[in-house]
Amino acid sequence: MIKQCAQKVYIGLIFIFMYAPIVTLMVLSFNNSRTRAKWGGFTGKWYAELFSNRSIMQALYNTLLIAVVSAVAATLIGTVATLSISAMRRRSRAVFMSVTNIPMLNAEIVTGISLMLLFITLRVKFGLGTILLSHITFNIPYVILSVMPRMKRLNPSVYEAALDLGASRVQAFFRVVFPDLLPGILSGFLMAFTMSLDDFIITHFTKGPGVDTLSTKIYTEVRKGIKPEMYALSTLIFVTVLILLILVNYTPKSKEKQSSGQNGGSL
Amino acid sequence: MHKGTNKKPAETPGIVYFNQTLMTAPYLVWALAFIIIPLLMIFYYGLTDKTGAFTLENVIAITTAQHSKALWLALLLSLISTALCLLLAYPLAMILAKRSVSQQSFIVLIFILPMWMNFLLRTLAWQTLLEKTGVINSVLTFLHLPTLNIINTPAAIILGMVYNFLPFMVLPLYNSLTKIDPNVVNAAYDLGANGTQTFLRVIFPLSIPGVISGITMVFVPALTTFVISNLLGGSKILLIGNVIEQEFTQASNWNLGSGLSIVLMIFIILNMVLTGIFDKNGEGTAL
Repeated sequence: MIKQCAQKVYIGLIFIFMYAPIVTLMVLSFNNSRTRAKWGGFTGKWYAELFSNRSIMQALYNTLLIAVVSAVAATLIGTVATLSISAMRRRSRAVFMSVTNIPMLNAEIVTGISLMLLFITLRVKFGLGTILLSHITFNIPYVILSVMPRMKRLNPSVYEAALDLGASRVQAFFRVVFPDLLPGILSGFLMAFTMSLDDFIITHFTKGPGVDTLSTKIYTEVRKGIKPEMYALSTLIFVTVLILLILVNYTPKSKEKQSSGQNGGSL
Repeated sequence: MHKGTNKKPAETPGIVYFNQTLMTAPYLVWALAFIIIPLLMIFYYGLTDKTGAFTLENVIAITTAQHSKALWLALLLSLISTALCLLLAYPLAMILAKRSVSQQSFIVLIFILPMWMNFLLRTLAWQTLLEKTGVINSVLTFLHLPTLNIINTPAAIILGMVYNFLPFMVLPLYNSLTKIDPNVVNAAYDLGANGTQTFLRVIFPLSIPGVISGITMVFVPALTTFVISNLLGGSKILLIGNVIEQEFTQASNWNLGSGLSIVLMIFIILNMVLTGIFDKNGEGTAL
């Protein structure tokens, strides 16, 4: 009994630890004062002003654009790569998987500056394009690592059976193999999207002047003081995701999806 | 997560669904252009001077007082926060693993959902919480307790590291603990072991892959961070990450920055080798 209680208290404390900053940010988004140092009364005006703040809206647009495009590109390249890697002999497969692990195990700052040096040397103009290339690069491993376990559990006889029954190779792949891989591909896509959205360090080194994502914009604002609209925006994003999560978890139909999502590799 | 390749010793090549060369080409080209060559560029810049002549100066620069101080401080803080993460995460992972109810959604709630609030803002919020007149101190003063003055000190940086990287420790620990067969634990009890003995001789040894993988996942980002030290340490405390970042974005001395990064990579590789030795079966699945 006491043990049960202690366990609940412990989980509660960790919960408070993880959520204290988030609650703080939410409260600050309703603060009627430009500085975060003092409480100036309750207001909802930052939420209204947010949508007329062009630089924040531009940064939001850039962030979402980069996240969507890089996640789609990484999913395509990563899935094709997984198909080819799983068909390889052991030696070359090991080489490819070690290369795939490099961006995941290496420090982000090292990945960031290595890409920065590459773009400098090739005299590529820093901007949205360089950020995009970098995000695709660090997203591909997440896709490969979430599709690979699905790939390993495929039963090759099913594909062969489809061929024997007269399906062409393309038909057999898309109607038999692909549906089995889909949960892994989807969870890889979601992971890539989340990672891209939350990235600061690699974007910091590969962005050009004048091009900002939400993260880099926040970082440059740190010295001057964060604009309260930024708190309002992140509160909105957070609440949206929370509602989506609740919907997904409490819709009865989604039971099957949930379990397959877990197999695909949980974030 | 790493070394996922050598799980099954006698794997034969899988099915070739389409033209193998055509399928391999895109990723091969991509990996060469954006993973391998960029890494080589760090070595090129790190081992040459501004004129392009070979030199070890940029790497040796780590021994200067300012740089070695930053490196040692970064090592110290990242080791402390890795240890703290392990201490905090292990009991939590055990509690979560023991409960038979599906804990997946709970873990998402505690650790994944916060990631959707920008991590810079979450770290900044700790300023508001920790400041001299901040939220925590207001509560402490109200309760007539001594105030907590850790903002802009290394202690605040450690707190920021633990806060940001705790999920990376909990998830692999949870994964490895749920993989333990409950019958093994029950067998230990049946054979007369008490709780402590069972933990020390059965549960903990079986969770080593998760421990190792968690340590790697926390230590590397903590060692190399420049954001957390910048936001919570005031701008006075420099870690090795801050030094490298400044060389690239402010001083534009890419050669020196690359040289110091080579030193940093030595520590990362060292960490990978050490974990590789302990994590022989490559079971430590993270993320």
